[in-house]
Amino acid sequence: MTTGGSVAGASLWGRVARLAPLLLVLLVLPWLIPPYQTILLSYGLAFAIAALAFNLLLGYTGLLSFGHSAYFGVGAYSVAFLVKYLHVASMELHLVGGIAASALVSLLFGLVCVRYTRIFFAMLTMALSQVLWSLAFKFYWVTGGTDGLRVSTPTLLGVVGGPAADKIGFLAHAYYYFVLVVFLLCVALLWLILHSPFGMALQAIRDNETRAEFVGIRVRRYRLLAFVLSGTFTGIAGALWAPLNGLVVPDILYWPFSGRIVFMTVLGGFRTFAGPIVGAVVFNYLETYAIGSTTYWQLVLGVVLVGLVLVMPAGIVGTLGRLLPRARRVG
Amino acid sequence: MALLTTAQLRKSFGDVRAVDGVDFAVAEGEVLALIGSNGAGKTTLVNLISGLVAPDAGQIDFRGRDITALPVVERIRAGIARSFQIVNLFDLLSVRDNLALAIFAREGKSRRLTVLAEQDTAVREEAEAVLAQFGLQGKSTVAGGDLAQGERKLLDVAVAYALRPRLLLLDEPTSGVSTREKSAIMDVVTAVVRAGGISAVIIEHDMDVVFTYSDRIVVMHQGAILAQGTPEQIRRNAAVATTLLGAPAAGSPG
Repeated sequence: MTTGGSVAGASLWGRVARLAPLLLVLLVLPWLIPPYQTILLSYGLAFAIAALAFNLLLGYTGLLSFGHSAYFGVGAYSVAFLVKYLHVASMELHLVGGIAASALVSLLFGLVCVRYTRIFFAMLTMALSQVLWSLAFKFYWVTGGTDGLRVSTPTLLGVVGGPAADKIGFLAHAYYYFVLVVFLLCVALLWLILHSPFGMALQAIRDNETRAEFVGIRVRRYRLLAFVLSGTFTGIAGALWAPLNGLVVPDILYWPFSGRIVFMTVLGGFRTFAGPIVGAVVFNYLETYAIGSTTYWQLVLGVVLVGLVLVMPAGIVGTLGRLLPRARRVG
Repeated sequence: MALLTTAQLRKSFGDVRAVDGVDFAVAEGEVLALIGSNGAGKTTLVNLISGLVAPDAGQIDFRGRDITALPVVERIRAGIARSFQIVNLFDLLSVRDNLALAIFAREGKSRRLTVLAEQDTAVREEAEAVLAQFGLQGKSTVAGGDLAQGERKLLDVAVAYALRPRLLLLDEPTSGVSTREKSAIMDVVTAVVRAGGISAVIIEHDMDVVFTYSDRIVVMHQGAILAQGTPEQIRRNAAVATTLLGAPAAGSPG
Protein backbone atom coordinates (compact mmCIF):
# COMPACT_ATOMS: atom_id res chain seq x y z
CA MET A 1 0.00 0.00 0.00
CA THR A 2 2.87 2.39 0.58
CA THR A 3 6.57 2.65 -0.09
CA GLY A 4 9.40 2.39 2.38
CA GLY A 5 9.83 -0.48 4.78
CA SER A 6 9.24 -3.78 3.12
CA VAL A 7 7.86 -4.82 -0.22
CA ALA A 8 4.19 -5.64 -0.56
CA GLY A 9 3.01 -8.62 -2.55
CA ALA A 10 2.09 -6.67 -5.64
CA SER A 11 5.47 -5.04 -6.02
CA LEU A 12 7.23 -8.33 -5.27
CA TRP A 13 6.83 -9.42 -8.88
CA GLY A 14 7.74 -5.92 -9.97
CA ARG A 15 10.99 -6.33 -8.13
CA VAL A 16 11.62 -9.73 -9.72
CA ALA A 17 10.88 -8.19 -13.13
CA ARG A 18 13.44 -5.45 -12.47
CA LEU A 19 16.00 -8.16 -11.78
CA ALA A 20 15.22 -9.97 -15.06
CA PRO A 21 17.92 -8.19 -17.14
CA LEU A 22 20.55 -9.07 -14.55
CA LEU A 23 19.33 -12.65 -14.56
CA LEU A 24 19.58 -12.76 -18.36
CA VAL A 25 23.17 -11.51 -18.20
CA LEU A 26 24.03 -14.23 -15.67
CA LEU A 27 22.46 -16.83 -17.98
CA VAL A 28 24.37 -15.90 -21.15
CA LEU A 29 27.64 -14.93 -19.46
CA PRO A 30 29.43 -18.32 -19.84
CA TRP A 31 29.06 -17.99 -23.63
CA LEU A 32 30.58 -14.52 -23.67
CA ILE A 33 33.51 -14.62 -21.26
CA PRO A 34 36.52 -16.96 -20.89
CA PRO A 35 36.03 -20.11 -18.76
CA TYR A 36 38.38 -18.74 -16.11
CA GLN A 37 36.11 -15.74 -15.59
CA THR A 38 33.01 -17.92 -15.34
CA ILE A 39 34.67 -20.11 -12.73
CA LEU A 40 35.70 -17.00 -10.82
CA LEU A 41 32.10 -15.85 -10.86
CA SER A 42 30.98 -19.26 -9.56
CA TYR A 43 33.32 -18.79 -6.60
CA GLY A 44 31.78 -15.38 -6.06
CA LEU A 45 28.24 -16.78 -6.11
CA ALA A 46 29.15 -19.54 -3.63
CA PHE A 47 30.73 -16.97 -1.29
CA ALA A 48 27.66 -14.78 -1.77
CA ILE A 49 25.45 -17.52 -0.27
CA ALA A 50 27.79 -17.71 2.73
CA ALA A 51 27.81 -13.92 3.16
CA LEU A 52 24.01 -13.72 2.90
CA ALA A 53 23.67 -16.50 5.46
CA PHE A 54 26.19 -14.80 7.73
CA ASN A 55 24.25 -11.56 7.44
CA LEU A 56 21.09 -13.27 8.64
CA LEU A 57 22.90 -13.23 11.98
CA LEU A 58 24.81 -9.94 11.76
CA GLY A 59 22.47 -7.61 9.91
CA TYR A 60 19.14 -9.08 10.94
CA THR A 61 19.66 -10.70 14.35
CA GLY A 62 22.45 -8.45 15.61
CA LEU A 63 24.94 -11.24 16.31
CA LEU A 64 28.51 -11.01 15.02
CA SER A 65 29.74 -14.53 14.37
CA PHE A 66 33.47 -14.83 13.97
CA GLY A 67 33.31 -18.54 13.33
CA HIS A 68 31.42 -19.02 10.09
CA SER A 69 34.42 -20.79 8.62
CA ALA A 70 33.17 -23.75 10.68
CA TYR A 71 29.93 -24.22 8.73
CA PHE A 72 31.50 -23.43 5.36
CA GLY A 73 34.22 -25.95 6.18
CA VAL A 74 31.76 -28.58 7.38
CA GLY A 75 29.86 -28.23 4.09
CA ALA A 76 33.07 -28.59 2.09
CA TYR A 77 34.53 -31.45 4.15
CA SER A 78 31.29 -33.41 4.04
CA VAL A 79 31.56 -33.35 0.22
CA ALA A 80 35.19 -34.43 0.44
CA PHE A 81 34.31 -37.27 2.84
CA LEU A 82 31.44 -38.40 0.62
CA VAL A 83 33.84 -38.55 -2.33
CA LYS A 84 36.71 -40.25 -0.51
CA TYR A 85 34.93 -42.69 1.79
CA LEU A 86 31.58 -43.37 0.14
CA HIS A 87 32.66 -42.76 -3.48
CA VAL A 88 29.61 -40.61 -4.08
CA ALA A 89 29.86 -38.54 -7.24
CA SER A 90 26.36 -37.04 -7.34
CA MET A 91 26.44 -33.31 -6.61
CA GLU A 92 22.83 -33.44 -5.42
CA LEU A 93 23.82 -35.96 -2.75
CA HIS A 94 26.81 -33.80 -1.89
CA LEU A 95 24.46 -30.92 -1.23
CA VAL A 96 22.19 -33.09 0.92
CA GLY A 97 25.23 -34.27 2.89
CA GLY A 98 26.51 -30.72 3.29
CA ILE A 99 23.13 -29.47 4.46
CA ALA A 100 22.69 -32.28 6.98
CA ALA A 101 26.20 -31.98 8.40
CA SER A 102 26.22 -28.19 8.68
CA ALA A 103 22.73 -28.16 10.18
CA LEU A 104 23.83 -30.64 12.82
CA VAL A 105 27.08 -28.82 13.65
CA SER A 106 25.40 -25.40 13.74
CA LEU A 107 22.71 -26.80 16.04
CA LEU A 108 25.35 -28.14 18.44
CA PHE A 109 27.44 -24.96 18.32
CA GLY A 110 24.35 -22.76 18.39
CA LEU A 111 23.10 -24.36 21.61
CA VAL A 112 26.31 -23.15 23.24
CA CYS A 113 26.67 -19.77 21.51
CA VAL A 114 23.18 -18.24 21.61
CA ARG A 115 23.33 -18.03 25.38
CA TYR A 116 25.65 -15.07 24.85
CA THR A 117 25.68 -11.91 22.77
CA ARG A 118 28.18 -9.31 21.58
CA ILE A 119 31.87 -10.02 22.13
CA PHE A 120 31.24 -13.21 24.12
CA PHE A 121 29.20 -14.60 21.25
CA ALA A 122 31.90 -13.62 18.74
CA MET A 123 34.68 -15.24 20.80
CA LEU A 124 32.71 -18.44 21.36
CA THR A 125 31.86 -18.88 17.70
CA MET A 126 35.50 -18.31 16.85
CA ALA A 127 36.76 -20.73 19.50
CA LEU A 128 34.43 -23.47 18.29
CA SER A 129 35.50 -22.99 14.68
CA GLN A 130 39.11 -23.33 15.82
CA VAL A 131 38.25 -26.67 17.40
CA LEU A 132 37.08 -27.95 14.01
CA TRP A 133 40.18 -26.52 12.35
CA SER A 134 42.48 -28.32 14.79
CA LEU A 135 40.58 -31.58 14.22
CA ALA A 136 40.99 -31.25 10.45
CA PHE A 137 44.62 -30.32 10.98
CA LYS A 138 45.58 -33.11 13.42
CA PHE A 139 43.50 -36.07 12.28
CA TYR A 140 45.42 -36.24 9.03
CA TRP A 141 44.72 -39.95 8.48
CA VAL A 142 41.04 -39.01 8.12
CA THR A 143 41.20 -35.50 6.76
CA GLY A 144 44.50 -35.54 4.92
CA GLY A 145 45.79 -32.84 7.25
CA THR A 146 47.33 -29.88 5.43
CA ASP A 147 47.47 -31.93 2.21
CA GLY A 148 43.69 -31.80 2.24
CA LEU A 149 41.26 -34.08 0.42
CA ARG A 150 40.74 -34.10 -3.33
CA VAL A 151 37.24 -33.57 -4.65
CA SER A 152 36.82 -35.06 -8.11
CA THR A 153 34.47 -33.60 -10.69
CA PRO A 154 30.93 -34.49 -9.57
CA THR A 155 27.99 -35.55 -11.74
CA LEU A 156 24.94 -33.32 -12.06
CA LEU A 157 21.52 -35.03 -12.16
CA GLY A 158 23.41 -38.27 -12.81
CA VAL A 159 24.28 -37.36 -16.40
CA VAL A 160 26.58 -34.38 -16.83
CA GLY A 161 30.13 -34.32 -15.53
CA GLY A 162 31.79 -37.14 -13.64
CA PRO A 163 35.49 -37.81 -13.11
CA ALA A 164 36.09 -38.44 -16.80
CA ALA A 165 34.64 -35.14 -18.01
CA ASP A 166 36.62 -32.15 -19.28
CA LYS A 167 37.01 -30.38 -15.95
CA ILE A 168 37.36 -26.78 -17.13
CA GLY A 169 34.50 -27.07 -19.60
CA PHE A 170 32.33 -28.68 -16.94
CA LEU A 171 33.06 -26.06 -14.31
CA ALA A 172 32.64 -23.15 -16.73
CA HIS A 173 29.29 -24.30 -18.05
CA ALA A 174 27.24 -27.08 -16.46
CA TYR A 175 28.54 -26.50 -12.96
CA TYR A 176 28.21 -22.73 -13.28
CA TYR A 177 24.51 -23.17 -14.05
CA PHE A 178 24.16 -25.55 -11.15
CA VAL A 179 25.75 -23.01 -8.81
CA LEU A 180 23.56 -20.28 -10.27
CA VAL A 181 20.36 -22.24 -9.69
CA VAL A 182 21.31 -23.13 -6.11
CA PHE A 183 22.36 -19.52 -5.54
CA LEU A 184 19.03 -18.17 -6.82
CA LEU A 185 17.11 -20.67 -4.69
CA CYS A 186 19.09 -19.67 -1.61
CA VAL A 187 18.58 -15.95 -2.32
CA ALA A 188 14.83 -16.46 -2.77
CA LEU A 189 14.55 -18.55 0.41
CA LEU A 190 16.61 -16.18 2.52
CA TRP A 191 14.69 -13.19 1.18
CA LEU A 192 11.45 -14.87 2.13
CA ILE A 193 12.69 -15.83 5.59
CA LEU A 194 13.95 -12.31 6.29
CA HIS A 195 10.64 -10.77 5.20
CA SER A 196 8.48 -13.26 7.10
CA PRO A 197 7.03 -12.67 10.57
CA PHE A 198 10.00 -14.70 11.82
CA GLY A 199 12.43 -12.35 10.05
CA MET A 200 10.60 -9.42 11.59
CA ALA A 201 11.02 -11.01 15.03
CA LEU A 202 14.75 -11.42 14.40
CA GLN A 203 15.06 -7.73 13.56
CA ALA A 204 13.13 -6.91 16.71
CA ILE A 205 15.61 -8.98 18.73
CA ARG A 206 18.44 -7.12 17.02
CA ASP A 207 16.95 -3.71 17.81
CA ASN A 208 15.86 -4.42 21.36
CA GLU A 209 16.20 -7.80 22.98
CA THR A 210 14.35 -6.94 26.20
CA ARG A 211 11.37 -5.43 24.47
CA ALA A 212 11.22 -8.35 22.04
CA GLU A 213 10.84 -10.62 25.04
CA PHE A 214 8.09 -8.33 26.35
CA VAL A 215 6.02 -8.69 23.21
CA GLY A 216 6.16 -12.43 23.78
CA ILE A 217 9.09 -13.61 21.66
CA ARG A 218 11.23 -16.39 23.09
CA VAL A 219 14.48 -14.67 22.25
CA ARG A 220 16.89 -17.53 22.77
CA ARG A 221 14.88 -20.01 20.69
CA TYR A 222 14.64 -17.54 17.84
CA ARG A 223 18.36 -16.89 18.00
CA LEU A 224 19.04 -20.60 17.88
CA LEU A 225 16.84 -21.09 14.82
CA ALA A 226 18.54 -18.10 13.15
CA PHE A 227 21.91 -19.61 14.01
CA VAL A 228 21.03 -23.00 12.53
CA LEU A 229 19.59 -21.44 9.37
CA SER A 230 22.67 -19.26 8.98
CA GLY A 231 25.04 -22.19 9.53
CA THR A 232 23.14 -24.46 7.16
CA PHE A 233 23.07 -21.98 4.28
CA THR A 234 26.78 -21.37 4.87
CA GLY A 235 27.25 -25.14 4.64
CA ILE A 236 25.53 -25.13 1.23
CA ALA A 237 28.05 -22.52 0.12
CA GLY A 238 30.91 -24.72 1.33
CA ALA A 239 29.51 -27.77 -0.47
CA LEU A 240 29.24 -25.80 -3.75
CA TRP A 241 32.76 -24.46 -3.30
CA ALA A 242 34.42 -27.89 -2.83
CA PRO A 243 34.18 -29.13 -6.48
CA LEU A 244 35.17 -25.65 -7.73
CA ASN A 245 38.35 -25.72 -5.72
CA GLY A 246 38.91 -29.46 -6.27
CA LEU A 247 40.72 -29.65 -2.96
CA VAL A 248 39.45 -29.18 0.58
CA VAL A 249 42.11 -27.99 3.01
CA PRO A 250 41.99 -26.97 6.72
CA ASP A 251 42.47 -23.31 5.68
CA ILE A 252 38.75 -22.95 5.08
CA LEU A 253 38.10 -23.86 8.73
CA TYR A 254 40.74 -21.46 10.01
CA TRP A 255 39.59 -18.17 11.59
CA PRO A 256 40.89 -15.82 8.85
CA PHE A 257 38.35 -17.42 6.54
CA SER A 258 35.62 -16.33 8.97
CA GLY A 259 37.16 -12.87 8.74
CA ARG A 260 36.79 -12.98 4.96
CA ILE A 261 33.07 -13.67 5.27
CA VAL A 262 32.78 -10.72 7.65
CA PHE A 263 34.79 -8.57 5.22
CA MET A 264 32.58 -9.50 2.25
CA THR A 265 29.43 -8.67 4.17
CA VAL A 266 30.68 -5.34 5.48
CA LEU A 267 32.09 -4.46 2.04
CA GLY A 268 28.69 -4.90 0.44
CA GLY A 269 26.74 -3.44 3.34
CA PHE A 270 25.20 -5.43 6.17
CA ARG A 271 22.16 -3.19 6.54
CA THR A 272 20.81 -4.19 3.14
CA PHE A 273 19.62 -7.53 1.84
CA ALA A 274 21.66 -7.47 -1.39
CA GLY A 275 24.80 -6.01 0.21
CA PRO A 276 26.46 -9.33 1.08
CA ILE A 277 25.92 -10.66 -2.47
CA VAL A 278 27.64 -7.66 -4.05
CA GLY A 279 30.31 -7.68 -1.34
CA ALA A 280 31.14 -11.35 -1.85
CA VAL A 281 31.43 -11.11 -5.64
CA VAL A 282 33.47 -7.89 -5.48
CA PHE A 283 35.71 -9.26 -2.71
CA ASN A 284 36.37 -12.40 -4.70
CA TYR A 285 37.55 -10.39 -7.73
CA LEU A 286 39.47 -8.00 -5.53
CA GLU A 287 41.32 -10.77 -3.75
CA THR A 288 42.00 -12.78 -6.90
CA TYR A 289 43.43 -9.81 -8.79
CA ALA A 290 45.31 -8.48 -5.77
CA ILE A 291 46.99 -11.87 -5.35
CA GLY A 292 47.70 -12.00 -9.07
CA SER A 293 49.22 -8.56 -9.34
CA THR A 294 51.30 -8.09 -6.21
CA THR A 295 52.95 -10.05 -3.46
CA TYR A 296 51.59 -7.46 -1.03
CA TRP A 297 48.01 -8.41 -1.72
CA GLN A 298 47.10 -8.48 1.98
CA LEU A 299 48.19 -4.85 2.12
CA VAL A 300 45.82 -4.04 -0.74
CA LEU A 301 42.92 -5.72 1.06
CA GLY A 302 43.88 -4.00 4.30
CA VAL A 303 43.87 -0.58 2.68
CA VAL A 304 40.49 -1.32 1.09
CA LEU A 305 39.10 -2.35 4.47
CA VAL A 306 40.38 0.79 6.22
CA GLY A 307 39.10 2.98 3.40
CA LEU A 308 35.76 1.22 3.56
CA VAL A 309 35.31 1.83 7.26
CA LEU A 310 36.39 5.47 6.99
CA VAL A 311 34.67 6.51 3.77
CA MET A 312 31.62 4.29 3.37
CA PRO A 313 30.74 2.39 6.53
CA ALA A 314 27.38 1.52 4.97
CA GLY A 315 29.18 -0.61 2.37
CA ILE A 316 28.78 -0.56 -1.40
CA VAL A 317 25.05 -1.22 -1.57
CA GLY A 318 24.28 0.88 1.50
CA THR A 319 26.17 3.85 0.08
CA LEU A 320 24.63 3.48 -3.38
CA GLY A 321 21.21 3.27 -1.78
CA ARG A 322 21.85 6.54 -0.01
CA LEU A 323 23.15 8.24 -3.14
CA LEU A 324 20.50 7.01 -5.54
CA PRO A 325 17.23 8.90 -5.35
CA ARG A 326 15.10 5.79 -5.18
CA ALA A 327 16.75 4.61 -2.01
CA ARG A 328 15.19 1.70 -0.26
CA ARG A 329 15.58 0.91 3.40
CA VAL A 330 16.31 -2.50 4.78
CA GLY A 331 13.35 -4.43 6.10
CA MET B 1 -12.94 -7.76 42.09
CA ALA B 2 -9.17 -7.76 42.12
CA LEU B 3 -7.52 -8.54 38.81
CA LEU B 4 -4.07 -8.68 40.32
CA THR B 5 -2.89 -9.03 43.90
CA THR B 6 0.53 -9.31 45.42
CA ALA B 7 1.06 -10.74 48.89
CA GLN B 8 4.10 -9.83 51.00
CA LEU B 9 6.17 -9.27 47.87
CA ARG B 10 9.85 -8.70 48.59
CA LYS B 11 12.89 -7.86 46.50
CA SER B 12 16.27 -6.65 47.73
CA PHE B 13 19.27 -5.46 45.75
CA GLY B 14 22.20 -5.95 48.11
CA ASP B 15 21.28 -4.09 51.30
CA VAL B 16 18.54 -2.09 49.65
CA ARG B 17 15.04 -3.40 50.21
CA ALA B 18 13.53 -2.12 46.97
CA VAL B 19 10.18 -3.79 47.57
CA ASP B 20 9.60 -4.67 51.19
CA GLY B 21 6.54 -6.80 51.90
CA VAL B 22 4.09 -5.15 49.52
CA ASP B 23 0.40 -6.13 49.43
CA PHE B 24 -0.81 -4.51 46.28
CA ALA B 25 -4.02 -4.93 44.32
CA VAL B 26 -5.39 -3.74 41.02
CA ALA B 27 -9.13 -3.88 40.37
CA GLU B 28 -10.77 -4.74 37.04
CA GLY B 29 -10.86 -1.76 34.72
CA GLU B 30 -9.30 0.82 37.03
CA VAL B 31 -6.62 3.34 36.14
CA LEU B 32 -4.22 3.24 39.04
CA ALA B 33 -1.40 5.71 39.53
CA LEU B 34 1.67 4.44 41.32
CA ILE B 35 3.56 7.35 42.83
CA GLY B 36 6.46 7.95 45.17
CA SER B 37 9.86 9.60 45.23
CA ASN B 38 12.81 8.18 43.32
CA GLY B 39 13.89 4.87 44.82
CA ALA B 40 10.51 4.22 46.42
CA GLY B 41 10.28 0.87 44.63
CA LYS B 42 7.67 1.67 41.97
CA THR B 43 9.64 0.39 39.01
CA THR B 44 10.83 -2.66 40.92
CA LEU B 45 7.21 -3.51 41.76
CA VAL B 46 6.28 -3.23 38.08
CA ASN B 47 9.34 -5.30 37.14
CA LEU B 48 8.26 -8.00 39.60
CA ILE B 49 4.71 -8.09 38.26
CA SER B 50 5.82 -8.15 34.63
CA GLY B 51 8.43 -10.84 35.28
CA LEU B 52 11.55 -8.84 34.42
CA VAL B 53 12.95 -9.64 37.88
CA ALA B 54 12.08 -12.49 40.23
CA PRO B 55 10.95 -11.74 43.78
CA ASP B 56 12.88 -12.93 46.85
CA ALA B 57 9.63 -13.78 48.61
CA GLY B 58 5.89 -13.32 48.32
CA GLN B 59 3.28 -14.21 45.78
CA ILE B 60 1.67 -12.64 42.72
CA ASP B 61 -1.83 -13.70 41.68
CA PHE B 62 -3.37 -12.68 38.39
CA ARG B 63 -7.00 -13.51 37.59
CA GLY B 64 -7.00 -16.00 40.42
CA ARG B 65 -3.86 -17.79 39.30
CA ASP B 66 -0.44 -17.83 40.95
CA ILE B 67 1.95 -16.35 38.39
CA THR B 68 4.93 -15.78 40.71
CA ALA B 69 7.18 -18.23 38.89
CA LEU B 70 5.81 -17.75 35.38
CA PRO B 71 8.29 -16.66 32.67
CA VAL B 72 7.70 -13.37 30.85
CA VAL B 73 6.26 -14.94 27.72
CA GLU B 74 3.65 -16.82 29.76
CA ARG B 75 2.66 -13.70 31.68
CA ILE B 76 2.07 -11.87 28.40
CA ARG B 77 -0.14 -14.74 27.27
CA ALA B 78 -2.01 -14.51 30.57
CA GLY B 79 -2.69 -10.83 29.83
CA ILE B 80 0.02 -8.63 31.35
CA ALA B 81 1.83 -6.16 29.08
CA ARG B 82 4.13 -3.29 29.91
CA SER B 83 5.98 -0.29 28.57
CA PHE B 84 9.30 1.00 29.77
CA GLN B 85 10.52 4.17 31.45
CA ILE B 86 13.17 4.72 28.81
CA VAL B 87 11.47 4.30 25.46
CA ASN B 88 12.02 0.80 24.30
CA LEU B 89 11.16 0.38 20.65
CA PHE B 90 12.41 -1.42 17.58
CA ASP B 91 14.15 1.58 16.08
CA LEU B 92 14.98 0.22 12.62
CA LEU B 93 11.53 -1.27 12.05
CA SER B 94 8.80 0.94 10.68
CA VAL B 95 6.13 2.18 13.07
CA ARG B 96 3.63 -0.22 11.54
CA ASP B 97 6.05 -3.14 11.86
CA ASN B 98 6.60 -2.32 15.53
CA LEU B 99 2.90 -3.04 15.99
CA ALA B 100 2.71 -5.87 13.46
CA LEU B 101 5.44 -7.62 15.38
CA ALA B 102 3.40 -7.49 18.59
CA ILE B 103 0.29 -8.71 16.76
CA PHE B 104 2.16 -11.60 15.11
CA ALA B 105 3.59 -12.58 18.49
CA ARG B 106 0.15 -12.41 20.13
CA GLU B 107 -1.38 -14.58 17.40
CA GLY B 108 1.46 -17.09 17.62
CA LYS B 109 2.45 -16.32 14.02
CA SER B 110 5.98 -15.12 14.73
CA ARG B 111 7.48 -18.48 13.97
CA ARG B 112 6.25 -18.52 10.39
CA LEU B 113 9.23 -18.16 8.14
CA THR B 114 7.90 -18.98 4.70
CA VAL B 115 5.19 -16.35 4.35
CA LEU B 116 5.66 -12.65 3.71
CA ALA B 117 4.81 -10.53 6.74
CA GLU B 118 3.51 -7.79 4.44
CA GLN B 119 0.93 -10.05 2.87
CA ASP B 120 -0.97 -10.62 6.10
CA THR B 121 -3.61 -7.98 5.48
CA ALA B 122 -5.48 -8.73 8.72
CA VAL B 123 -2.40 -7.94 10.77
CA ARG B 124 -1.62 -4.86 8.71
CA GLU B 125 -5.14 -3.52 9.07
CA GLU B 126 -5.13 -4.12 12.80
CA ALA B 127 -1.78 -2.36 13.10
CA GLU B 128 -3.19 0.63 11.21
CA ALA B 129 -6.28 0.63 13.42
CA VAL B 130 -4.18 0.68 16.60
CA LEU B 131 -2.05 3.49 15.16
CA ALA B 132 -5.22 5.48 14.49
CA GLN B 133 -6.39 4.91 18.08
CA PHE B 134 -3.14 6.40 19.30
CA GLY B 135 -3.20 9.29 16.86
CA LEU B 136 -0.21 7.95 14.97
CA GLN B 137 -1.93 7.41 11.62
CA GLY B 138 0.23 8.65 8.79
CA LYS B 139 3.39 7.56 10.58
CA SER B 140 3.19 3.88 9.58
CA THR B 141 6.22 3.83 7.31
CA VAL B 142 8.47 6.03 9.44
CA ALA B 143 11.22 4.14 11.26
CA GLY B 144 10.47 3.80 14.98
CA GLY B 145 13.75 5.54 15.78
CA ASP B 146 12.82 8.60 13.69
CA LEU B 147 9.72 9.55 15.66
CA ALA B 148 9.59 12.58 17.96
CA GLN B 149 9.83 11.83 21.68
CA GLY B 150 6.11 12.26 22.37
CA GLU B 151 5.22 9.95 19.47
CA ARG B 152 7.75 7.43 20.65
CA LYS B 153 6.14 7.36 24.10
CA LEU B 154 2.76 6.77 22.47
CA LEU B 155 4.06 4.02 20.19
CA ASP B 156 5.68 2.38 23.21
CA VAL B 157 2.25 2.14 24.88
CA ALA B 158 0.61 1.14 21.59
CA VAL B 159 2.97 -1.84 21.19
CA ALA B 160 1.99 -3.07 24.66
CA TYR B 161 -1.69 -2.37 23.96
CA ALA B 162 -1.54 -4.38 20.70
CA LEU B 163 -0.89 -7.48 22.81
CA ARG B 164 -4.51 -7.10 24.03
CA PRO B 165 -3.63 -7.28 27.72
CA ARG B 166 -6.02 -7.27 30.67
CA LEU B 167 -3.44 -5.34 32.68
CA LEU B 168 -1.20 -2.68 31.24
CA LEU B 169 1.82 -1.58 33.26
CA LEU B 170 3.09 1.81 32.11
CA ASP B 171 6.38 3.02 33.55
CA GLU B 172 6.35 6.81 33.23
CA PRO B 173 4.53 7.13 29.91
CA THR B 174 5.01 10.91 29.97
CA SER B 175 8.62 11.25 31.09
CA GLY B 176 10.83 13.45 28.97
CA VAL B 177 8.07 15.34 27.16
CA SER B 178 6.73 18.87 27.57
CA THR B 179 3.83 19.61 29.93
CA ARG B 180 1.46 20.19 27.06
CA GLU B 181 2.38 16.88 25.46
CA LYS B 182 1.88 15.10 28.78
CA SER B 183 -1.85 15.82 28.76
CA ALA B 184 -2.09 14.86 25.10
CA ILE B 185 -0.43 11.51 25.80
CA MET B 186 -2.49 10.83 28.92
CA ASP B 187 -5.73 11.78 27.12
CA VAL B 188 -5.03 9.20 24.42
CA VAL B 189 -3.74 6.49 26.74
CA THR B 190 -6.54 6.69 29.29
CA ALA B 191 -9.19 6.91 26.55
CA VAL B 192 -7.88 3.75 24.87
CA VAL B 193 -7.51 1.91 28.16
CA ARG B 194 -10.99 2.83 29.40
CA ALA B 195 -12.58 1.99 26.06
CA GLY B 196 -11.01 -1.47 26.20
CA GLY B 197 -11.91 -2.08 29.86
CA ILE B 198 -8.23 -2.63 30.54
CA SER B 199 -6.72 -2.09 33.97
CA ALA B 200 -3.72 0.20 33.93
CA VAL B 201 -0.97 0.80 36.46
CA ILE B 202 0.77 4.04 35.60
CA ILE B 203 3.96 5.18 37.28
CA GLU B 204 3.98 8.96 37.21
CA HIS B 205 5.82 11.83 38.83
CA ASP B 206 3.69 14.75 37.69
CA MET B 207 1.07 15.20 40.43
CA ASP B 208 -1.25 17.20 38.17
CA VAL B 209 -1.33 14.27 35.75
CA VAL B 210 -1.86 11.83 38.60
CA PHE B 211 -4.76 13.72 40.14
CA THR B 212 -6.40 14.36 36.76
CA TYR B 213 -6.31 10.94 35.18
CA SER B 214 -6.34 8.22 37.84
CA ASP B 215 -9.21 6.49 39.63
CA ARG B 216 -7.02 5.43 42.50
CA ILE B 217 -3.54 6.28 43.74
CA VAL B 218 -1.03 4.06 45.52
CA VAL B 219 1.82 5.89 47.22
CA MET B 220 5.07 4.03 47.80
CA HIS B 221 7.84 5.05 50.13
CA GLN B 222 11.06 3.13 50.84
CA GLY B 223 9.78 -0.09 49.34
CA ALA B 224 6.45 -0.11 51.16
CA ILE B 225 2.98 1.22 50.50
CA LEU B 226 2.56 4.43 52.41
CA ALA B 227 -1.01 5.22 51.48
CA GLN B 228 -3.67 4.42 48.94
CA GLY B 229 -7.03 5.85 48.00
CA THR B 230 -8.89 8.11 45.63
CA PRO B 231 -7.14 11.25 44.36
CA GLU B 232 -9.21 13.24 46.86
CA GLN B 233 -8.14 11.07 49.82
CA ILE B 234 -4.49 11.20 48.80
CA ARG B 235 -4.61 14.97 48.38
CA ARG B 236 -5.77 15.29 51.99
CA ASN B 237 -3.44 12.65 53.41
CA ALA B 238 -0.99 14.29 55.82
CA ALA B 239 1.65 11.53 55.65
CA VAL B 240 1.70 11.73 51.87
CA ALA B 241 1.96 15.48 51.98
CA THR B 242 4.98 15.26 54.27
CA THR B 243 6.96 12.57 52.50
CA LEU B 244 6.07 13.22 48.93
CA LEU B 245 4.86 16.74 48.40
CA GLY B 246 7.41 18.20 50.77
CA ALA B 247 4.87 19.99 52.97
CA PRO B 248 5.72 20.17 56.68
CA ALA B 249 3.82 17.71 58.83
CA ALA B 250 1.07 19.22 60.93
CA GLY B 251 2.42 20.47 64.26
CA SER B 252 6.09 20.07 63.40
CA PRO B 253 8.30 23.11 63.81
CA GLY B 254 9.29 25.16 60.76
